[in-house]
Amino acid sequence: MIAELGHFALILALLTAVIQGSLPMLGAARGRADWMAVAQPAAILQVVLVALSFAALTYVYVVSDFTVINVVENSHSAKPMLYKVTGVWGNHEGSMLLWILILALFGSMVALFGGNLPPSLKARVLGVQAWIGIGFLLFTLLTSNPFLRVFPAPPDGRDLNPLLQDPGLAFHPPLLYAGYVGFSMAFSFAIAALIEGKLDAAWARWVRPWTLLAWAFLTAGIALGSWWAYYELGWGGWWFWDPVENVSFMPWLLGTALLHSAIVVEKRDALKVWTVLLAILTFSLSLMGTFIVRSGLLTSVHAFATDPERGFFILVLLLITIGGSLLLFALRAPVLKPGGLFSPISREGGMVINNLFLAAACATVFLGTLYPLFLEAVNGSKVSVGPPFFNATFVPLMVPLIFLMALGPLMPWKRADLAGVFSRLKLAGLGAVIAAGITLYLEQGGPILAVAAMGLVGWLFVASLVEWSDRIKLFRAPLGDSWRRARNLPRSAHGMTLAHAGMAVAAAGMIGASVWNLEEVRNLQPGESMEVAGYSYRLDGVEQLEGPNYLADRASLTVTRDGEEIAVLTPEKRLYPVQNMPTTEAGIHTTWVSDLYAVIGDSDGRGGWTVRIFHEPLVPWIWLGSLLMVLGGFVSLSDRRLRIGAPNRQAKAKAAPEPESGPGGHPAAAE
Amino acid sequence: MTQRLLFLLPVLLFVVVAGYFLWGLSPDRDPQALPSGMIDNPTPNFDLPPVPGLEQPGFASADLGQGEVVMVNFFASWCVPCRAEHPFLTELAEETGVPLYGINHRDKPEDAAAWLEELGNPYSRIGADSGRGAVEWGVSGVPETFILDGEGRIR
Repeated sequence: MIAELGHFALILALLTAVIQGSLPMLGAARGRADWMAVAQPAAILQVVLVALSFAALTYVYVVSDFTVINVVENSHSAKPMLYKVTGVWGNHEGSMLLWILILALFGSMVALFGGNLPPSLKARVLGVQAWIGIGFLLFTLLTSNPFLRVFPAPPDGRDLNPLLQDPGLAFHPPLLYAGYVGFSMAFSFAIAALIEGKLDAAWARWVRPWTLLAWAFLTAGIALGSWWAYYELGWGGWWFWDPVENVSFMPWLLGTALLHSAIVVEKRDALKVWTVLLAILTFSLSLMGTFIVRSGLLTSVHAFATDPERGFFILVLLLITIGGSLLLFALRAPVLKPGGLFSPISREGGMVINNLFLAAACATVFLGTLYPLFLEAVNGSKVSVGPPFFNATFVPLMVPLIFLMALGPLMPWKRADLAGVFSRLKLAGLGAVIAAGITLYLEQGGPILAVAAMGLVGWLFVASLVEWSDRIKLFRAPLGDSWRRARNLPRSAHGMTLAHAGMAVAAAGMIGASVWNLEEVRNLQPGESMEVAGYSYRLDGVEQLEGPNYLADRASLTVTRDGEEIAVLTPEKRLYPVQNMPTTEAGIHTTWVSDLYAVIGDSDGRGGWTVRIFHEPLVPWIWLGSLLMVLGGFVSLSDRRLRIGAPNRQAKAKAAPEPESGPGGHPAAAE
Repeated sequence: MTQRLLFLLPVLLFVVVAGYFLWGLSPDRDPQALPSGMIDNPTPNFDLPPVPGLEQPGFASADLGQGEVVMVNFFASWCVPCRAEHPFLTELAEETGVPLYGINHRDKPEDAAAWLEELGNPYSRIGADSGRGAVEWGVSGVPETFILDGEGRIR
């Protein structure tokens, strides 16, 4: 009964989407305010219906209703409650429903907070959102219905893939989808602007917060996924350049570019056509990610159960969405009035360079990801493209980008003086030398390129702080004065500093992890120990224990350094009997400078155990840096002038002298 | 006009990519299939000595292709999947009567002997390989089994 309700609500949501996608669009074309007004209640009804459907699916999971095929295939009565709930989106059908739910949520947010949008733009944005919704609702209802029943009902379910029974992966999909789907807002605004033939600074003010929100979610989602791979797969790595990872990374790269180019549209009324194209491409890559993960097009270590028929459906969907929007772009973009020209050495010039590098980096990842498919289609040979390709192509693009990232924020709009910028970066130069020096001292040499790379991130980190402390006159004015200035500084300025510094921290972690990582495998008897990177790991013993739905061998390893106990690591090897699948749970102790990482392997049958120890320098900084970036995104979002639905500037400037609305009243990541 | 073409470029590129996607979805394509470079080729030249302590003789490329179909199995006592597939191989050799040759890969002779002692020995010849043989046969990991036709070609 509940499952049928969910199914029914989903069908009603489709009908609502059809209305939301047609009437307001026609109304906007004909100037009928009453037709346009339909969009708002329709978008809200839409989210209510989809939420109802999602709640129904969650309910059948929670009560383990094994008459529903989806529950049978992905759940088990003995599964912990957390994973019963997260199992809802741990499979193809349920995750599509989550996708649609998030899409509807974004749509309803425009409906609720978009009061100050021009009515025709609002109607069109919601209309485009509804078109995307129709496509995915049809896809779910026709090929991936999660509410199908089975008769007779089996006594118990087949359990969720044990790798997914993990807190990190439980929340990875919602965050990732919030990012992917969040870019649909920028997309809908871009399409609406193309249809209207009008794109101005107000448009960019609208697009920026949505892009920022999606970007922050996507950053968090990718970081969480990478963290999960790091501790759950037991390979000691955190990024594998696997197709499924790459397809989430590409929208991130273009989304980051979009974030910056939208600032130029807002501030300087330039780069409009490019920004629209970026908005379309960013969401297109999100859609393509959905397609690649679910169609079995590329081989990947982790992907959904694949089905060519579904793949074909999504391909048609892609053709309509991406092909259609790019065609619209080809026809309508020339109509958009080009903005003014500007000097290459200026803030906007810096943004263009940022965009060029990010777009080129995205193109490299795209080629590397799809090259095996292209080659196989052309001459039938099978290749896989792995880290060597990306290290040789992607990394060199990041080096100049990070170098220039330090300069950009210091350059004023319109025309900058490069000598002046560099003179403000003396301290950053010092930071680079110190970072390289510390690296050289600690690692006693090591590859010289890695030392230079650490210098580079030191440069970026200090430069980000220099820009921020210059603005609040830190140490140059009395502290109280600086504090007042910091409070008056727009939140988006703080956000930018956080995000840029976070990038530096994360980059340092990535360099450390790929250059100085150590790995040792030994067969240890209980009581024996092994030495890795100055730490001694003693195997105390291995005990068997029983979890709610698994059996585990848990080793206990005492880590000492110079005789002093540092930590006890308890890596586990689990077996989930329902799926007869083993998983590893790494034992990790972080010193914040490095991770001590242990994995337990098989017993040799004579009391010994295979023990694999990784020494992972700086890896915690990857997550720390990502966290700073996400935080930066949200701090910027909390800026009054960027807040979703913020009224236009003049109105607000008169409204109230709030402390954070500093003089000038410009969204300030841009200043 | 050239500007118009520039605006058309994204959609044209997308159509090309979509064409590849369409091809990639064709039902007879199996992205998981891994072609072996060895199929239809004669075996590499090799001459493997017997494993000390075992009565089975070693074998060389000259022993293959004598008009008889042969199975060649790379195995090692330290390899867990080998242990798992051992009963199946034994049954296969017994039921089909196809001779099963073993290549003992990077193993200590006494360990190999103890392993065969414990599980039974279905091999009619066993060669000892210090690692080079596996490279020449294109074996990336044990176990791996080849079926050779009467002319000594890998099938």
